[in-house]
Amino acid sequence: METIINTQKKRGGPVLFSRYHPGDGINKALELGRENILLEVKTSGLKGRGGAGFPTATKWMLTAASISDKIFIICNADEGEPGTFKDRVLLLEYPELVFEGMVIAGFTIGAEQGIVYLRGEYEYMFKSLKDYLEQMRKDNSLGKSICGKADFNFDIKIYLGSGAYVCGEETALIESLEGSRGEPRNRPPYPVNTGFMGHPTVVNNVETLASIPHIITKGGEWFRKYGTDKSTGSKLFSVSGDCDKPGVYELPWGTSINELLEVVDAKNTKAVQIGGASGICVPKSQFNRILAYEDAATGGSIIIFNENRDMLKVLKNFMEFFVEESCGQCTPCRIGNVKLLEGVEMIEKGEYTFAYIRNLKELAKTMQLAAKCGLGQSSPNPFLSILENFRDEIFNPSRNGGSNGKE
Amino acid sequence: MKYLIHPETEEVMEKNNESRTPVSQQPFEITKQVEKDSVGGTVSVQINEKKISVPFGTTILDACKMNQIHIPTLCNHPDLRLGGVCRICVVDVEGMKTLQTACTFPITSSIKIHTSTPMVRKARRHIIDLMLSEHLGDCYTCVKNGKCLLQHLAKEYGVDSFTFGHVTKPVYEIDKSSVAVIRDMNKCVLCKRCVRTCIDLKEVGALEAIDRGDKTHIGTFLDKPLADVICINCGQCINRCPTGALYTNDPSDEIWNAIDNPKKHVVIQTAPSPRAAIGEEFGIEPGHSFTGELNTALKRIGFDKVFDTNFTADLTIMEEGTELLLKLKKALVDKDDSVKLPQFTSCSPGWIKFIEHFYPEYLDYLSSAKSPQQMFGAIIKTFYAKEAGINPADVVTVALMPCSAKKFECNRPEMNASGFKDVDYGLTTRELGKMIREAGIHLPEMPKSGFDDPFGEASGAGLIFGATGGVMEAALRTVYELVTGRVVPFQNLNIEPCRGFDGVKQASVKLENCVDEYKFLEGVELKFIVAHGTANAKKVMEMLRKGELNDVHFVEIMACPGGCLGGGGQPIPTSAEIRKKRAQAIYEEEALLPIRKSHENTHVKYIYEKFLTEGPCGKLSHKLLHTHYTKRGRFIS
Amino acid sequence: MLVLEKNAQSEVIEELVKTYGNSRSSLLEILQAIQKKYNFISDFAQQEVARLLNIHPVEVYSTISFYSFLHSKPIGRNIIRLCRTISCNLKGQKNIEDAVKKELGINFGETTKDRRITLEYTNCLGMCDVAPAMLVNERVYTRIDPETAVNILKEIK
Repeated sequence: METIINTQKKRGGPVLFSRYHPGDGINKALELGRENILLEVKTSGLKGRGGAGFPTATKWMLTAASISDKIFIICNADEGEPGTFKDRVLLLEYPELVFEGMVIAGFTIGAEQGIVYLRGEYEYMFKSLKDYLEQMRKDNSLGKSICGKADFNFDIKIYLGSGAYVCGEETALIESLEGSRGEPRNRPPYPVNTGFMGHPTVVNNVETLASIPHIITKGGEWFRKYGTDKSTGSKLFSVSGDCDKPGVYELPWGTSINELLEVVDAKNTKAVQIGGASGICVPKSQFNRILAYEDAATGGSIIIFNENRDMLKVLKNFMEFFVEESCGQCTPCRIGNVKLLEGVEMIEKGEYTFAYIRNLKELAKTMQLAAKCGLGQSSPNPFLSILENFRDEIFNPSRNGGSNGKE
Repeated sequence: MKYLIHPETEEVMEKNNESRTPVSQQPFEITKQVEKDSVGGTVSVQINEKKISVPFGTTILDACKMNQIHIPTLCNHPDLRLGGVCRICVVDVEGMKTLQTACTFPITSSIKIHTSTPMVRKARRHIIDLMLSEHLGDCYTCVKNGKCLLQHLAKEYGVDSFTFGHVTKPVYEIDKSSVAVIRDMNKCVLCKRCVRTCIDLKEVGALEAIDRGDKTHIGTFLDKPLADVICINCGQCINRCPTGALYTNDPSDEIWNAIDNPKKHVVIQTAPSPRAAIGEEFGIEPGHSFTGELNTALKRIGFDKVFDTNFTADLTIMEEGTELLLKLKKALVDKDDSVKLPQFTSCSPGWIKFIEHFYPEYLDYLSSAKSPQQMFGAIIKTFYAKEAGINPADVVTVALMPCSAKKFECNRPEMNASGFKDVDYGLTTRELGKMIREAGIHLPEMPKSGFDDPFGEASGAGLIFGATGGVMEAALRTVYELVTGRVVPFQNLNIEPCRGFDGVKQASVKLENCVDEYKFLEGVELKFIVAHGTANAKKVMEMLRKGELNDVHFVEIMACPGGCLGGGGQPIPTSAEIRKKRAQAIYEEEALLPIRKSHENTHVKYIYEKFLTEGPCGKLSHKLLHTHYTKRGRFIS
Repeated sequence: MLVLEKNAQSEVIEELVKTYGNSRSSLLEILQAIQKKYNFISDFAQQEVARLLNIHPVEVYSTISFYSFLHSKPIGRNIIRLCRTISCNLKGQKNIEDAVKKELGINFGETTKDRRITLEYTNCLGMCDVAPAMLVNERVYTRIDPETAVNILKEIK
């Protein structure tokens, strides 16, 4: 158990886990100036690493261009997606990357206040992160006149969450910070226009911010060398489940699923859940697909299932997760998830009709289009992909002692 | 706080900073007037096949409304901040991956919108199916049968089966604790209109969403029964609820029993606001008053006497006006510092409960005069019963009011000055509409008739009580004339500064050349404030707290937006437009009346000669027509 | 609640409001601090917070009921949160669940009679590579099995 920040342990990896000297990022950024920073980030093609994949440079440019007396940069450390733990590793072992990334982001967009929204389950690292920030202030990397630049004041505050997965969604996160229920807002207007307390706000994932110091010191072109055309750079994959070497791996975008399974020593794999509970479940026949925004994108969560796992039980676990974590605001997600879970339970008991399952699939497609936020829009993903890709196993008449579905 | 900058005109759209609503959820108001054919400040969009031009920032829903394109809505309401939670109004915006809600999406660039693609239709159908799967739809026995938005949507979208199931047993217990508002959460579709009404519009804060996910339900503080929390019974939540989850406590069964009982003498008093709005219950568009027709209908239903609450409205003006003058005398002549000025009106029971909960330390500022309804109850069971020779124990008084809080008011323990329960039942406009239909009467076709004696026809001053500013206007017409001996210096007796729907109106009238009795008021600038809606009442109370009302003499506060004509018992739906039309009906009806000042009402003069012989604020008046108030808890009752 | 207790709580809450600020955006921090100190946020505390932050008490109650880690009813002195999401579920979470229930004699969602421990489920703790995981107050225990879980419980006061 890691309760203290462990900056001694260094992992191997081409981008994020490559060599970095604390402080270099901020110094180089102050040298480059805002325009050039934006240029480097744009060249790098960095996209949001939380799963949504929005181009970071675009987000920063929209905010930097807005006229407001206050601008905020928020680090989304509410990593709640099942199977994701990369941010835990980054915060505990590479805090310099994350916080310096925030400072650079703050400098670029003109923010004076940075906020880290740390999920309540990570309370054990709250104190050590606060201590680290205090040390940064002593080293003049944070606070007033950072690194001697007289007009650059920037500070970071850490807020704790209180156990709500939906607060990982950027507008729900902002609502939570404002002291309300963590219910997503109507978008547009987007946070880059109207965010925290009505001011332009950038919400970035921990990994996105951690990539920034590397991009600044080594250049956007260097970042582009890794990955594919549309998915530049590398990704931290949190691998768990049925494999011999679970953990966080940094691999360039474009790695195929087969390659990943080899790296983590997974044997007899039947299915891989890519993107956590809100992702897709890939069967063996598709293991040659590549991990990239062009094909199978993910926020980093990879869960591996071997031959012995019952995919229906896996699906049930996911749907139970969504039923509990839905904020309950909009009709399709609040009631739709319940109906999908009921459908899974009906299949479990063998008391279903294929006509009703078709209705549920149609409902799932509606949820993907009509729900208010990413949770409702992606909760049908496992439902659709598992029922599609593991049809024989799930609708097998020999399940439930012989009773099968009626037409 | 800036929101959007138009890319070409660089115009900055500002949002209201004072509201509790998060900036991003406020309905968007265009600050600059856009001329009809102007190019700047407008965006051209294509909706279905229509190419139209709209002001920058208009929501898709408003754009469609302006161009007769129909989009169904549920959680959207013109009085409230943006919802976007029911997802019924989703439309397809070209280029966006997911469907967007028309009620929240502001048009800021040239986009193409499709309001009826296969995906859109399927989505709407699914959403209705989902709502029906959790809604206890016992339509036959529901108060909203035939008027329910969910029923309407199900019909519009051709729902012919419960695709995702159907609830047959109630999950929640019906909250019948309150004598005014009843909550049945089994029918709630979580549109949050009631929450937005209670917290944003009224700033009372009795209802909010509790728990998360599928366990979400609308509840009160600590999920207590409604009677145990600070609900002021204003019923604005009922006016906006789309289903039958909220409704008033209907006494019509008991009233029918009383009417059918030959021993009981059932008397009804009708207020002006229901008469201006009851046509809406019969399909007539808002803005037509049916006073005469209603009198006939009521008599045909079986009420023994039909009285006009405007009579006691006039009486209220006499009592409250005298009270104000006495206070002013104490303050200016006796230099008594303990006199509490300004004097606040006390005829709105929602406002009374509001101040009892939230500002109990200022109860002394309230006029001690009862509301017209309660004054009438006391007068009927004493003066009228005696004059008519009826045993007051056999008299049943019913009050037709636009107000749900009146049900609470008539049940207040101190409201028995006559020796009996002064007003037995408070009946709302909607409930009376039901009774009239039950009797097989179509109201608009009735012949007109008048009110019964001994209270007869009242003055116009009493009639305008129904609109915000009405009490103030009526009071000024009388007080000014009493003090100066002249008519108020406003054309046609229409005191314009009192009229209109601004939240807080401030004005003054100078008292010059006063009669001898009131010489102490010579040169005084009589300042008054009119506020409607408890959010504005709160503003006024905060001004009082800060000492900013030291030179104000009289404040009129109505708890409901628009005044009584927007009350919790009025026909549904409600909107700013509808309330304006009802106000217009009231003012138009009033302008035609022969007597338009309270003190000229002959029946009022009669009752002071024969019954309340000590005059306004005399001993008998105090016993029957004045009351006291109760301090209540700030957070729970 | 006794008047003395109420006054003490009032003072604590007023201090918290001074520390974190009296605007709505400090609501969660204040509630978390109250939860930590008193194991739950009593109705009196909710009303005090509403009064000092100038919001309606039903809004405070609504916010508390939204978040899993905030409680408006008393819970045990220690709270055990067992992760039941898929990665922990694959690694034997069910057996741990049964062992823990047997050891304490209560179901998940309940508190032991001596108010020592409250058992709750939680969702993904972010410890999937060292599953199964369990939170005891804010400490996280990983790679547990039924035996170690029971031992951990025995150690808790």
